[in-house]
Amino acid sequence: MDNCGTPYLEMNHVKKSFGDLEVLKDISLTVHQGEVVSIIGPSGSGKSTLLRCATLLETMDEGTLSYLGRSAAVMEDGHSHYAKPSELDSIKRSFGLVFQSFHLFPHYSVLKNLIDAPIHVQKRSKEDAIQDARKLLEQMGLSDKAEAYPHQLSGGQQQRVAIARALALKPDVLFFDEPTSALDPELTGEVLKVIKQLAESHMTMIIVTHEMEFARKVSDRILFMDKGYVVVAGAPDEVFHSQNERIREFLGKLKRD
Amino acid sequence: MSFQVMLTQLTNGLLVTISIFVLTLIFSMPLGFIVAFGRMSKNKVIRWITQLYISIMRGTPLMLQLMVVYFFPWYLCKIPLSNGWRFPAIILGFSINYAAYFAEIYRSGIEAIPKGQYEAAKLLGYSKSQTFMKIILPQVFKIILPAITNEIITLVKDTSLAYTLSCVEMFNAAKQIAAAETSMMPFFIAALFYYVFNLLVSFIMNRIEKKMSYY
Repeated sequence: MDNCGTPYLEMNHVKKSFGDLEVLKDISLTVHQGEVVSIIGPSGSGKSTLLRCATLLETMDEGTLSYLGRSAAVMEDGHSHYAKPSELDSIKRSFGLVFQSFHLFPHYSVLKNLIDAPIHVQKRSKEDAIQDARKLLEQMGLSDKAEAYPHQLSGGQQQRVAIARALALKPDVLFFDEPTSALDPELTGEVLKVIKQLAESHMTMIIVTHEMEFARKVSDRILFMDKGYVVVAGAPDEVFHSQNERIREFLGKLKRD
Repeated sequence: MSFQVMLTQLTNGLLVTISIFVLTLIFSMPLGFIVAFGRMSKNKVIRWITQLYISIMRGTPLMLQLMVVYFFPWYLCKIPLSNGWRFPAIILGFSINYAAYFAEIYRSGIEAIPKGQYEAAKLLGYSKSQTFMKIILPQVFKIILPAITNEIITLVKDTSLAYTLSCVEMFNAAKQIAAAETSMMPFFIAALFYYVFNLLVSFIMNRIEKKMSYY
């Protein structure tokens, strides 16, 4: 792995509170090209909030955020200071996000879900966008679903369309927010398979997940978060064999379930 | 009076009814959007004013509102009431009343769209206006269609309230003929006209609903 060069994502000393509740206490995360990083931890540990801060859906109280060396937020007078909207719009093109509950556009066909943003946001030609979309659908095993509407698809198929929709904009970094939590075990498998393929093609990904075995297999690095801190971070085997009490307890609970 | 003459007079009334109906829709439906945005505004004062407006429009009789609008220029500025003011006053009265109802329907539809749709659009880089026009509005339209149909059907019947300002729409025409001829027949015919009018409205709205049911 090439860990030199400019990091694709860099977050430093991120803090975030909702009212009196401190959700992120001091989080730093650096991800390089081609890396797959999984974030695990109990509910309420701040995993999703971290992802929402990274994808600009939430604003950080403190800390810095940059993509490929371009600053989205810097520290100024002890607070995060965000770049101007036009710069943020441009930085936003560096990343995509796959949501837990898909959020496909129900009034658009599968194909239109994939091509609309490339055409109307990135101003690419329609032919070009359609060609790319069909390739992505083939990659997702959904070639026959281009004309279908989201409600006609299973949850697993919808999630694969959502992944394709994010990829259609050619992001440098792809985030997943518990991509299989809304799916039953059978459908979970087909989505994880797709994510695994992406990992093999060296897509840079940051995945919040409860699928421990999957995280272990697919990740270069795992972060274990608890109560707003990163408790343990490292290679999958290091984390899973960590003697840290909190992580032992968390993994133990999973095994008992 | 022959049956033929009676029908002609009722049909003339029907034309007035139809123009009140169409003009009210043309003005109140877009106006409702402005009111709905005011109602959802981040500005407290704007929100409070629109809320008051909606509550007055929904809390007082439309018949009374029509009279207020009609007599307003005289009481406030001593402008003499002309015959030409009658019809515009009716359209204005109906429009501001229906805008309040439409506004609440629009608001309910907009608030029914899951937050995730906005977030997905934001992540994909859509601008705020693109998000509203391409992603939110088409979905709102489908959600509110049954409520809109209800409102439109009510409007067909409410047009008869224009008779309070001595406008000779269909109901008033029927009333005048009935009085002159001491017959209930004009009322029956008027009722039939209203009913057929609403059948047509339901049919059209049903067609639109079916068209929207592809998702």
